Amino acid sequence: MSMLAPAWTGLPHAAPAGESGLPRILPPASETAAAQAQAGLDFAAHLRRHGLPRFRGAALIEQAGAAGLTGRGGAAFPAARKLAAVAAAGPSAIVVGNAAEGEPASSKDAALLWLAPHLVLDGLQAAAEAVGARTAYLCLHAAPRRGSDLAGHVRAALASRLAAGTDRVGVQLVELPARFLAGEETALVARINGGPARPRDKARRVFERGVDGRPTLVQNVETLAHLALIARHGAAWFRSVGTADEPGSVLCTVRGPDGRARVVETALGTPLGRLLPLGDDVGAVLAGGYHGGWLTLDEARRLSLCNADLRPAGAFVGAGVLVALPAAYCGLAETAEVARSLALESAGQCGPCFNGLPAIATALAAVARPRPAERELASLRRWAGLVTGRGACHHPDGTVRFVASALRVFAAEIAEHSRGRCTATRREQFLPIPAAPLTELDWR
Amino acid sequence: MADHPARLRVNPIACSGHGVCAELLPELVTLDDWGYPLLAGDGAVPVRLARAARRAVTDCPALALRLTSAAPGSRGNSEEAQRPARAQTGRLGT
Repeated sequence: MSMLAPAWTGLPHAAPAGESGLPRILPPASETAAAQAQAGLDFAAHLRRHGLPRFRGAALIEQAGAAGLTGRGGAAFPAARKLAAVAAAGPSAIVVGNAAEGEPASSKDAALLWLAPHLVLDGLQAAAEAVGARTAYLCLHAAPRRGSDLAGHVRAALASRLAAGTDRVGVQLVELPARFLAGEETALVARINGGPARPRDKARRVFERGVDGRPTLVQNVETLAHLALIARHGAAWFRSVGTADEPGSVLCTVRGPDGRARVVETALGTPLGRLLPLGDDVGAVLAGGYHGGWLTLDEARRLSLCNADLRPAGAFVGAGVLVALPAAYCGLAETAEVARSLALESAGQCGPCFNGLPAIATALAAVARPRPAERELASLRRWAGLVTGRGACHHPDGTVRFVASALRVFAAEIAEHSRGRCTATRREQFLPIPAAPLTELDWR
Repeated sequence: MADHPARLRVNPIACSGHGVCAELLPELVTLDDWGYPLLAGDGAVPVRLARAARRAVTDCPALALRLTSAAPGSRGNSEEAQRPARAQTGRLGT
C-alpha cells in the first residue's frame, strides 16, 4: 500500500507533560507522524495495547452514561442519551461515524484516524451493537488534505479487520465535500441519502428518521474512540481525568503564535496556559474555533479548557480548536476574513443566514479597516442580533458568537480604527481559511 | 404537551420571504431587513389570534409556516429541548 505521510501537522502529536494516564486514545508520542500512522494500522498491536471490550450493548450505554461521555464534534451532547434514543427508536437502526471536520482550523479527527483508526472502528462496532444496527457508515472529507490519502488509510484498517474476522457490521466509507457545514448531522445524512450535503430542517431528528428513513446514530469519531475505551475500562476509569462535570480527555488542535498546529490529547479542565504559550507576544486566544469565541489574554491565562469556564466568557470547548493570535496581527482583520469565508459557507437555504452573514461580514470588513463609517458598527450590531436562532442549523448562531466576541475582545482596536490607526504590524492572514474556490457543485 | 398553546414555527429552509404571514398576522409576525419573518416572543398564539394564525399557515405560498403544540423553545425538536443551556450571544454589544 502506498501511503503518503499524514500532513495534518508537520509534527508528531504530543501530550502536555505531566498528565498521568494520557494520552488515552492517541498513541504515545515517541515516533515521527508517518511511523505512528503506519503503526496505527497494526490491528494485532492495537489489541495488545487496548485489550478486548468488557461492556457491550445496554451495559455499554449505561457505562457511557455513568462516564459522562459527551459528543466531541462540538455540541457536547451526552453520548449515552443519543445511544439510548436510537436503541429505543426501533429495529434496523443505522450508525454513522463522523470525521467530516469542516473547520479549517481543526485537524484532530483526521489525526485520530491516521493514528488510531482501530479505536474509532471498535467504537463504531460497539455503538452499532448497542443500538442494534446492522449498517454502519464512516464519513470523511473527500478532498484529501494536502494530498494525503486518509480514505485509503481507513480502507487499509478495515481490510485488516476483515481478515481478522472480528467485525459484525460492515462499514461503508462515505466521502463528503470538504465544506464547513457538510459534517453537520442532518447534512451528512442528506448526503448518504443521495442528496447534497446541506443541513436540513430539524422538525424531525435523525435519531428518529435519518439514513433511509431509519433511526440513525451520528457520532463524532473521537466520541467513538472514547466509547471504545469505556467499553474496556468502564465509567470510573473514564472519570479519572477531567473535571467532575466534564470528565475525560479531549483532542485539541492547538495553534501557537508561531502559526504551527499540532493535535494534543488533554484532560478537560486543563488550564489553557498549559496548552498554549501565553506570553506577552499573544494578543488574544480563540477557543472553540470559528463558531466559538475570542478571549482576552488575561482571560485565557486564568481559564481552563472546559465549558464551565469558557461559556461564561462567550466561548466553548467545541471541537477543541485553540489558537493563540500574536499581538502583531489585527484581530478585527483576522475575524473579518474568517467571517467572509463563513458567509460563503452558508448553505444558501435560510434567508436570515444567506442575507445576514454577508451583510455582517461586509460591515465587519469595514470596521477592520481604519476610519470606518460610524454606521458600519451600528449595522453590524443590528444585523448580528437579527440572525441568531433563525437558521435550520447553528451556522448563523455560531458565526454571530464568533463576530460578537471579536467586537468585545478587540474593543480597544475598534477605537484605534475609528481614530484612523491600526496597531497591527503584520498583514498576512494568520487564521486558516479554506483555500479552494467554492461552487454550487461543492455540496456533493 | 396539551397544556401548551399553539405556537407558530417557520421552516427556515422552505421560507422564501414572501411576507404573506406578516400581512395576515401583523400582531405576531414582522419582517426583518431582508423580508423574512420574525415571530413575536416564542411564537405562542393567543386564542384571539388563532383563526388569523391558521389563515397565515394555509396561505403561506412556500408552506413554510406551521402551527405546533410543542413546548416553548423546543422547535418541535426533542434533542434540542434536552440540550443543556448554552451561553448564547444572541445580540451584540449587550
